[in-house]
Amino acid sequence: MSTVKLTVNGKAVAVDVEDRTLLVQLLRDHLNLTGTHVGCDTSQCGACVVHMDGRAVKSCTMLAGQADGASITTIEGIAKGDELHPMQAAFRDNHGLQCGYCTPGMIMSAIDIVQRHGGQLDEATVRSELEGNICRCTGYHNIVKAVLDAAGRMKVSQAAE
Amino acid sequence: MYQTKYHRASSVDEAVSLFAKGSEAKFLAGGQTLLPVMKQRLASPSDVIDLGKIKELQGVELSGDTLTIKAATTYYDIMTNADVKKAIPAIAHLTSVLGDPAVRYRGTIGGSIANNDPAADFPAALLALGATVKTNKRSIAAQDFFQGLFSTALEDGEIITAVSFPVPAKAGYEKMRHPASRFALTGVFVAQTKSGEVRVAATGASQSGVMRVPAIEAALKANWSPSAIDSVSISANGLLADIHGTAEYRANLVKVMAQRAVAAAS
Repeated sequence: MSTVKLTVNGKAVAVDVEDRTLLVQLLRDHLNLTGTHVGCDTSQCGACVVHMDGRAVKSCTMLAGQADGASITTIEGIAKGDELHPMQAAFRDNHGLQCGYCTPGMIMSAIDIVQRHGGQLDEATVRSELEGNICRCTGYHNIVKAVLDAAGRMKVSQAAE
Repeated sequence: MYQTKYHRASSVDEAVSLFAKGSEAKFLAGGQTLLPVMKQRLASPSDVIDLGKIKELQGVELSGDTLTIKAATTYYDIMTNADVKKAIPAIAHLTSVLGDPAVRYRGTIGGSIANNDPAADFPAALLALGATVKTNKRSIAAQDFFQGLFSTALEDGEIITAVSFPVPAKAGYEKMRHPASRFALTGVFVAQTKSGEVRVAATGASQSGVMRVPAIEAALKANWSPSAIDSVSISANGLLADIHGTAEYRANLVKVMAQRAVAAAS
């Protein structure tokens, strides 16, 4: 057992876990943050994507210990109170989900994509950058629409801050 | 995953001594290969020694005609590095088609070559560019480093610290990606050195891991153009065959990817 100290959604936490614990298990089983999903468990599907120190990573392919000292943001940590994050709002408005299982990972990856590309996003870029996130319902069309829509909204909200 | 003990090393020396204390220790960098293997219970190290936070293993240096990438530098940091893009753009391109964005944030060049997966991308770049692998003990030429499927010249407890690439005149890399895993079904790295030598290396093709392709090297040495490869014939003997493609299909991919790599080379 080891104590892993990290910041999750802005809150400092210390969790006693077995050394073999994955980051996603720490989040789901120890902190009850079950918005982060496990899909394939083989780092292909992207349902487990969270942000570690601002970078989108697959939390099923990291030991919890590797995140010691890091700042983690999960899907639960991106809305401001009742106000959805612009990416969440865009997924809702564009019907960018059906069953919703892939959605938390999609949204966390999509925020990272927008942050990296800023205003340079086009449809081809979004499609190629979402290669590590698999959706079995939507056919991706509305997901791509949502990400492009959110890219515009995030630019506006950044300008307003 | 079986039980294990996690250690974070803060220096190469500390990592070496932690490794020596473990009964069956393994080094961990980005974990994009080792952790999946541990999750499948195909590996059960007593201890994992995390090299990912060691400062002396991070970063890129361009000095004259040598580009040095430290071992724990992530694919993302390689892909976006100005010196890499300037000196060997084919390496920046290789990292941009490796895995997916989340994998590129974690995976490292050292991890890629230490594992010598037959479908990994970086071994082809090292072999074609005539790179040198630096460890905490010695320097190893790429051609001596890769010793067959998942096998390298590394000794127990030896740590890769950096890879040095001579800057080529021209180089290119193209691969046919498996659509789900993003591993190379076959990838070919072509390079022309500043002294005019041509080296071609293919990954994902051979049963014994990354390989040189002498027939294509000879054709390109005579005429550096995609059409020079048209008449080359690649034998399917010893090539990988699985549900994703036959040996004959991969033999053809070696040619086609080589042609595309030459066309894209800069």
